[in-house]
Amino acid sequence: MAAAADLEFALPQIIRQFQSANPRTEVSAVYGSSGNFYSQIRNGAPFDVFLSADAQYPDRLAEEGLAVRRSRFTYAVGRIAVWVPAGSPLDLDRLQIHALEAGSVKHVAIANPQHAPYGRAAKAALRSLGVYDRLAPKLVLGENIAQTLEFVQSGAAEAGIVALSLAMAPSVRGQGRYWEIPQDAYPPIRQEAAVLARARDSKASARFLDFLGQDAARRIFMQYGFSVQAGS
Amino acid sequence: MDWQAIALSLRLAVATTAILLAIGLPLAYWVVYSRRRWKFLVEAVVALPLVLPPTVLGFYILLAIGPRSPVGALYSRLTGGLLPFSFNGLLLASVLYSLPFTVQPMVAAFGAVDRRLIEAAWCLGVSRAATFRRVIVPLARAGIATGAILSFAHTIGEFGVVLMVGGNIAGVTRTVSISIYDQVQALDYSAASRTSLLLLGFSFAVLAVVYALQRRIWAIWPAN
Repeated sequence: MAAAADLEFALPQIIRQFQSANPRTEVSAVYGSSGNFYSQIRNGAPFDVFLSADAQYPDRLAEEGLAVRRSRFTYAVGRIAVWVPAGSPLDLDRLQIHALEAGSVKHVAIANPQHAPYGRAAKAALRSLGVYDRLAPKLVLGENIAQTLEFVQSGAAEAGIVALSLAMAPSVRGQGRYWEIPQDAYPPIRQEAAVLARARDSKASARFLDFLGQDAARRIFMQYGFSVQAGS
Repeated sequence: MDWQAIALSLRLAVATTAILLAIGLPLAYWVVYSRRRWKFLVEAVVALPLVLPPTVLGFYILLAIGPRSPVGALYSRLTGGLLPFSFNGLLLASVLYSLPFTVQPMVAAFGAVDRRLIEAAWCLGVSRAATFRRVIVPLARAGIATGAILSFAHTIGEFGVVLMVGGNIAGVTRTVSISIYDQVQALDYSAASRTSLLLLGFSFAVLAVVYALQRRIWAIWPAN
């Protein structure tokens, strides 16, 4: 299965639970950029299931007859947060988004809004919070959300807007602080899943997607910084 | 077509090639004529960018030029600016990345210069610097040109390192290869294929010139 990079921490847990309930179904995931997966799937990549970081790619695949239209559903909704390294002097709790306007902040890393869903959300949030024009000259673009975090972790950028799921990931947790951007400041990052048309075992694939919508999986998603839609 | 990115890549490639010529000529000379036992270590370091994945190189460069490193701190004390996400940072990365492409053809060319001609010049009392300028360089000019052209072309086509240290700022660090990548990611395949075709044509032309030079079927400078 092809899975969006922001699932790298939550999904292994979900897969483990799924496997203990379905020991005969083997599940393995490859993590990467949803846009890359989209082109790979269009060119015949042998995946059964696609867990995209947005809704656009599964929709397009369904239109092109490469994904099973009815199988599509929103398994999680991504959230974003301003992230700074642990040693940063920025007071995120008090200044919130305006902490980024400080003179000591020379660069703010976001994912590329041209193709990364989290980048689009970050840009929309900066706009709706009224700081986009002042921050635009400071923006540097990561190729994906993980690289965006790396820009900040390495010290090259002083702050970044990353996926909450990354900021809350076990390996990142101790290294920095974050402030979650209110979810009404940007359009929801609906992450869609779909069974692909050329899946070798479409029954097992459907079973896995079904599992993603159940409470056990939804709890894990929430624990890892996603929200889930009511009764999806 | 993203002309801004094309112009930036050209500017980066010209600056990189100029710096590499300035560094590469003395370095290649040293590698060929030095009698130091440990010069193989220098050769290995120069060749490293050939085998290292650009991501490794880019990752280290990002750490090395960041404000927390001594290099980055020194640079910001001297200039008040920061190296990551700037043209100069990209320039530094490109110089390191293309170093072997400049130095290795030069080393091969210097090594092929007849030792007797050099020694004859020295015996006639011509200084080492003048011998280098008036004997070695003219005889090795095809290799020098190859090195310069290859590093120019290599910089135009550079992707991984720029992706790692550039930050994709339009007009500053968004080079043509990054622009193509963005177009593909944004599913704008027609724009991507136009720019790609341009790059393909350019690369073919450059390589054709390099091989023509090596075969000497087409002398750029008339023989003296």
